[in-house]
Amino acid sequence: MEVLIYLIPIALFLGGAGLVAFLWSLRSGQYDDMEGPKWRILDDGDLQENSAPVEAAKRKVS
Amino acid sequence: MSAPERDWAAFVTNTDDGKAHMDLAVDGITCAACMYEIERGLQKLDGVEKARVNLSSHRLSVDWDGEKTNPSPIVDLLQRLGYKAYPFDPAQVKSRGDAVGKEILRALAISGFAAMNIMLLSISIWSGNASDIDPETRSFFHWISALIALPTVVYSGRIFFRSAYMAVKTGRLNMDVPITIGVLLATGLSMWQTVQEAEHAYFDSAVMLLFFLLVGRYCDHLMRRKTRSFAENLATLKAESAAKIQEDGSALDVPLSKLSVGDRVLVRAGERISVDGKISTGISEVDQSLVTGETLLQPVGEGDLVYAGTMNTYGVLEIEVTAAAKGTLLDEVNRLLETAMEGRSKYVHIADRASQLYAPVVHAAALLTLVGWIMLGMAWQPALVIAISVLIITCPCALGLAIPAVQVVASGLFFNERVLLNAGDAIERLATVDTIVFDKTGTLTLPETSLSEKHDLSADQLELAGRLALSSSHPLSQAIARATGAQQALPDAKESAGKGVEAIIDGVPAKLGSPAFCGVSDEQLDQAKVLQPDASFVAFQLGDKAAQLLSVGQFMREGATDTIQKLKTAGFTIEILSGDHKGAVEHAARVLGVETWQAAMKPQDKIDHIEELKAQGKKVLMVGDGLNDAPSLAAANVSISPVSAVHVSQAAADAVFLGDSLAPVMSALTISKKARWVMNQNLAISVVYNMIAVPFAVLGFVTPLVAALAMSGSSIIVTLNAVRLRMLAGSSTQPNSEA
Repeated sequence: MEVLIYLIPIALFLGGAGLVAFLWSLRSGQYDDMEGPKWRILDDGDLQENSAPVEAAKRKVS
Repeated sequence: MSAPERDWAAFVTNTDDGKAHMDLAVDGITCAACMYEIERGLQKLDGVEKARVNLSSHRLSVDWDGEKTNPSPIVDLLQRLGYKAYPFDPAQVKSRGDAVGKEILRALAISGFAAMNIMLLSISIWSGNASDIDPETRSFFHWISALIALPTVVYSGRIFFRSAYMAVKTGRLNMDVPITIGVLLATGLSMWQTVQEAEHAYFDSAVMLLFFLLVGRYCDHLMRRKTRSFAENLATLKAESAAKIQEDGSALDVPLSKLSVGDRVLVRAGERISVDGKISTGISEVDQSLVTGETLLQPVGEGDLVYAGTMNTYGVLEIEVTAAAKGTLLDEVNRLLETAMEGRSKYVHIADRASQLYAPVVHAAALLTLVGWIMLGMAWQPALVIAISVLIITCPCALGLAIPAVQVVASGLFFNERVLLNAGDAIERLATVDTIVFDKTGTLTLPETSLSEKHDLSADQLELAGRLALSSSHPLSQAIARATGAQQALPDAKESAGKGVEAIIDGVPAKLGSPAFCGVSDEQLDQAKVLQPDASFVAFQLGDKAAQLLSVGQFMREGATDTIQKLKTAGFTIEILSGDHKGAVEHAARVLGVETWQAAMKPQDKIDHIEELKAQGKKVLMVGDGLNDAPSLAAANVSISPVSAVHVSQAAADAVFLGDSLAPVMSALTISKKARWVMNQNLAISVVYNMIAVPFAVLGFVTPLVAALAMSGSSIIVTLNAVRLRMLAGSSTQPNSEA
């Protein structure tokens, strides 16, 4: 059973890493807005610089 | 008439890295597209560093370089995009983040981590105990559990320990007292067992208990945060600021918190007065309906007192801010409000009432167990272990979740029905109501004046009247302009302050104004007043033809008659108590079919009447909006305000309803009745659970495994039962039917 000497700290470390990640996300304000982020992934506003082909396609459609 | 410049410095704070920062409440954000539009628009402004919309709270946070730009273009841009925005007064929004929520969430995360890891070790011990674990390994596992549990109990338990300490210090008993005793005893006993290298330790129970209770606590907090942030937005969007007159005579728009007694404030025609004070120059008529319930306009002049919430009609007033002076209405309201609030604080929440019954019983049972086993000849140490296990298994885990879980589900349903709760316990108090007292002005009727459809004007004439009305800032004219949807003012319209507007159209003179201004005879006016006692009259005259009357007034809310009928059918006693004059109240009562009504009530009269009803054993719901209603809102068993109510009344009410319809009052009562039913079920489940568990514990059969199963089992059952409320209520209410 000596293997427990290694396994238990490893288990605790992994759990602790999860805890630290959660506390970090909480501190950095990721829980302040539970609605917005799911929509932000659909926002293409950051692609504007090289969106010429898209714009061209849009013109064709309209 | 340009708006006075705004004093931005009062709204802007500086961030740590030297940027200017402002938080704004934004009205009109309905979907994600609004979010992109606002953020992208603002990012393009020169000097704006960061703009982020919070889609859940409908708030915008902007950081900019103070040297490159100022807030004016930011607010102007939002205006152009079609959003009404107003910055938060930093003095009123205490902390930017949700500090309490984050503390609970951190405690929850840590107890969750600890509960999982200790359970991992505990399961090994339980299965080992059943097979062949050697005492060294078990002791090792217990020590690791202790190492995880002790800091967790200290950190995550603080929230409960603090509240229990406060309760005991003031000589009360709340739910947190038995929780604290249970958790501390479970941890202490386990520690002792660990040192003794005994077979059982209850670290998992102690930590899991904290985890479940923190879930309940967080739910409770979420519910409050949602309504509070919504209420804060509404208050901010009302833009409660005042045009303060500077030393050089110019006017500067400042938030109310920056005004002090003695400052002078400018109120232009058609503006709402936002301070209490004495008129130093100017004459006008004020609409006091929001303050006293009186619908007739009141002439005021130099030296007269005016109250925040009243509407200035035609004159420009300069008002000196005064504190509530003795003998004024405001002073009386404040005094009555204080007394009424004291009375309300005597109410004890169901959960605390339950724990007041519960704690002594459970603690006595534990003591009897200890004494009983010792008398039966057991050594004191194992007897103490059994007694403590009684306390552990009865620790009010299910009881701690029973009420908050229902409150969270119910407040979600309230939200769908456009009712915001100020107090979580309002649900339990609403459920017992049997008598409903309504205020008339602004509650049964709409807070804004509107144009009645009973008139003889043709569509063309009405349009003309609307265009004439645009040239006047008088509230009655504005109501006509709104109703006709007029866009273009007539170019040569002249306004005679306090009388009316006239213009010449194609050579024909047209007049819109007071009946006397248009030459309406007193007889004709009196006849009209008999037909519509609750209206004010505006006359319209084209050329030499006889003038025609338009009635403008605060008419019934949408669905008022319907809601009152439904409430009567549901068995509630309905009364109207109004500060308005007799004719108007009588008319409203007749239209709505309410038999019991009283007019010209002062705040004290309203309270006396409510106290009388309470003395008869009735449970009174007060629905009101005016400053004169505030004390009675606090005096009633429970109270609701429309969102248009004055600030003081909204703060005194237990719930606020949105929109122009009166229907939310009915839904609130229906939902709370069902919620109360589920709360009672949950309390019953907790009691049954204890009745089964306690005999086992007293006999000494409760191992840590049994404690863990019983505790999580009861918590889950109670939570699931609360969720069932959604189905119960969903069958009879129609969420979003008017949204």
